[in-house]
Amino acid sequence: MSFQPIKFYQTGTFTVGNRLLAPEERSVQASAKRFNSINSGHRACQGCGEALGARYAIDAAMEATQGRLIAANATGCLEVFSTPYPETSWQIPWIHSLFGNTAAVASGIAAAQKVKMKKGERRNIRVVAQGGDGGTTDIGFGCLSGMFERNDDVLYICYDNGGYMNTGVQRSSATPPAARTSTTPAAGAEPGNVFGQGKYLPAIALAHEIPYVATATVADLRDLEAKVRRAMEIRGARYIHILVPCPLGWGTAASDTVRMARLAKETGVFPVFEAEYGEIKSVLAIRHRLPVEDYLKPQKRYAHLFGKTPRIDVIARLQALADRNIRKYGLLGKEAN
Amino acid sequence: MLKQIEGSRAVAEAVALCRPEVICAYPISPQTHIVEALGEMVKDGALQDCEYLNVESEFAAMSVAIGASAAGARSYTATASQGLLFMAEAVFNAAGLGLPIVMTVANRAIGAPINIWNDHSDSLSMRDCGWLQLFAENNQEALDLHILAFRLAEELSLPIMVCMDGFILTHAYERVDMPTQAQVDAYLPPYEPRQVLDPAEPVSIGAMVGPEAFMEVRYLAHAKQMEALKLIPQYAAEFRKVFGRDSGGLLHTYRTEDADTVIVAMGSVLGTIKDTVDELRAAGQRIGVLGITCFRPFPIAAVAAALKQCKRFVVLEKSLAVGLGGILAVNVRMAVTGMGLKGYTVIAGLGGRAITQKSLHALFLKAATDELDLVTFLDLDWRVVNRQIEREKAHRRTGPVAEALLRDVGVVGVRNY
Ligand SMILES: Cc1ncc(C[n+]2csc(CCOP(=O)(O)OP(=O)(O)O)c2C)c(N)n1
Ligand code: SF4
Ligand SMILES: [Mg+2]
Repeated sequence: MSFQPIKFYQTGTFTVGNRLLAPEERSVQASAKRFNSINSGHRACQGCGEALGARYAIDAAMEATQGRLIAANATGCLEVFSTPYPETSWQIPWIHSLFGNTAAVASGIAAAQKVKMKKGERRNIRVVAQGGDGGTTDIGFGCLSGMFERNDDVLYICYDNGGYMNTGVQRSSATPPAARTSTTPAAGAEPGNVFGQGKYLPAIALAHEIPYVATATVADLRDLEAKVRRAMEIRGARYIHILVPCPLGWGTAASDTVRMARLAKETGVFPVFEAEYGEIKSVLAIRHRLPVEDYLKPQKRYAHLFGKTPRIDVIARLQALADRNIRKYGLLGKEAN
Repeated sequence: MLKQIEGSRAVAEAVALCRPEVICAYPISPQTHIVEALGEMVKDGALQDCEYLNVESEFAAMSVAIGASAAGARSYTATASQGLLFMAEAVFNAAGLGLPIVMTVANRAIGAPINIWNDHSDSLSMRDCGWLQLFAENNQEALDLHILAFRLAEELSLPIMVCMDGFILTHAYERVDMPTQAQVDAYLPPYEPRQVLDPAEPVSIGAMVGPEAFMEVRYLAHAKQMEALKLIPQYAAEFRKVFGRDSGGLLHTYRTEDADTVIVAMGSVLGTIKDTVDELRAAGQRIGVLGITCFRPFPIAAVAAALKQCKRFVVLEKSLAVGLGGILAVNVRMAVTGMGLKGYTVIAGLGGRAITQKSLHALFLKAATDELDLVTFLDLDWRVVNRQIEREKAHRRTGPVAEALLRDVGVVGVRNY
């Protein structure tokens, strides 16, 4: 099942021009009446993928709930750049409690809504939780798994930029192998993050057999919006894992954020799929398969692979990981499962 | 209605009468019976309009309570010991955000060595986290304090721990007077939050605050908590009107009028202390008791007033500030600064060590003649302590201390929890 029946793609950009679509099919972001849930004036770096992803996702969730949304936010870049006291970018009710408890805070909000609804004191309000990869896959993992397991009515969105960016680009369990971070420096015989460690949270979310799990990138606005919309149609625990390039941490040009996200998908480095109750329902197929080098080379965090003597051995291992993703998730256009 | 029930059950019924909307449960002795009883009430419909969440940790329990409270729901949880420490980051956060969560702490020692029995190390370790802390002397007071706590917490927008001695109170069957729903409803108005997550009026809660305003935010947290010093006596008076009995208050004095020596303590040990004081009074000693109910905010002026007449005070506490002595003692000393009183600290009852009337009798007599050390460890087994000290002098690899001591002491009623 695909949520993207639209097939008109502008050559080169892969994005569909809204002018080709009927108004009701246009993206939420394209609408002048979009909510601007996270308003301009925040302090993210130029080209921040996380800021972009959050805007897309939360605006889509606001659209889907007709503005009846509360957000809980983990400590991290998104929280820090959006709410420097006494200013806030959030146009929606928003709470930041701690780094590692966001899923539980959201569960609490959802529980409160349930009681208030039952008592007839409040109309239906939905809850979204959001955090970075560190706040989700590492320190917040216990609370996240608990929320999943209880099937609380929360959509959790992870903005994965592959590291603890807010504290200066340290390694998280979502940092890809070979990537340089400030705690996996490009030094020694095996520079960068080691192979054979780390975890892929979307698969762990799937293992909880919750109603909805999806991955997305900021390169595919329409796909991302469709997934958020779908998630908001469902009750219970839902998880969307969005790849959000970070110019600062990745060492990429601010203007390359969307391109990097697209390359992650087109190389098979980042599989984009959608699943219900633990079963993958659809994948976003690779359109023009590209070698991982195309994705790695523009990023300074992989610069040590492209020195005087390029580390073709390491690049081959990364290619093998991408190839495995392509096989495992059927990313070359064949129907999954 | 008079009932002969377990302390935990009494607290659970009182909490249920307060119409909580979200309850988070995670097991840890000696608190568990409370959340079990509440779970049963929600499940069988006795407690309506309440969401009961079985969470995966105490950290989640407090975090769920934070979310629920911020969304405008009356929220409750209970914990003890390791559980309180496990949720510590969220405990501070709840106070910092000004969320009126009520939590029972069934006071229990903190490991290592792991120990499930009563002392006050757990909640006292959280003394500076911004929560109010009320200590119950008996089960009637424990249940009454919960009703008062919801009202006080919600008035101040601050969280409150109601502390009751683990096992000694939580597991004791005592007669309690359980109020009616109508009485509780008359005393405790519905929760009207100061801040609430609501799409109709979006607010951002939990923004980052830098040096330009952080001090002011913290000062206001302090000032706010200090307001409780006025409210608590007022609420205690109203409590008497509605429920017909005295409960709560900042502190209670017992036979202090002409006392030269005043024993200061918190919690259930006050009963044993009062009995001992009765004995000593009968023998002609001028001795009295100051029981502190409200540990945070610390009622400095009221403590000073209560100790004004005496010559010396003895703080007997079930907690230890390692490297200093007492925790409560330091607070009491602050209250009597400049009053020229002699003050003694007695560390007693750690990890459930029995505090007997016999030991107290001898201790108080020594205090009355100023023969006490500044810091005394009541009923310490010096034989066991010295043996370990000698061992450590003799060998390097002496192994884990607790286990070595247990071998010396021998097996005393081994049980597994
Ligand atoms: C308990 C705790 N540990 C550590 C920190 C410090 N800290 C704050 S944000 C952050 C990194 C966040 O990384 P991530 O969740 O990936 O979000 P990002 O900033 O990359 O978007 C860290 C380590 C904290 N605030 N709280
Ligand atoms: S460090 Fe990265 S994630 Fe953080 S604001 Fe900058 S670009 Fe965004
Ligand atoms: Mg990150």
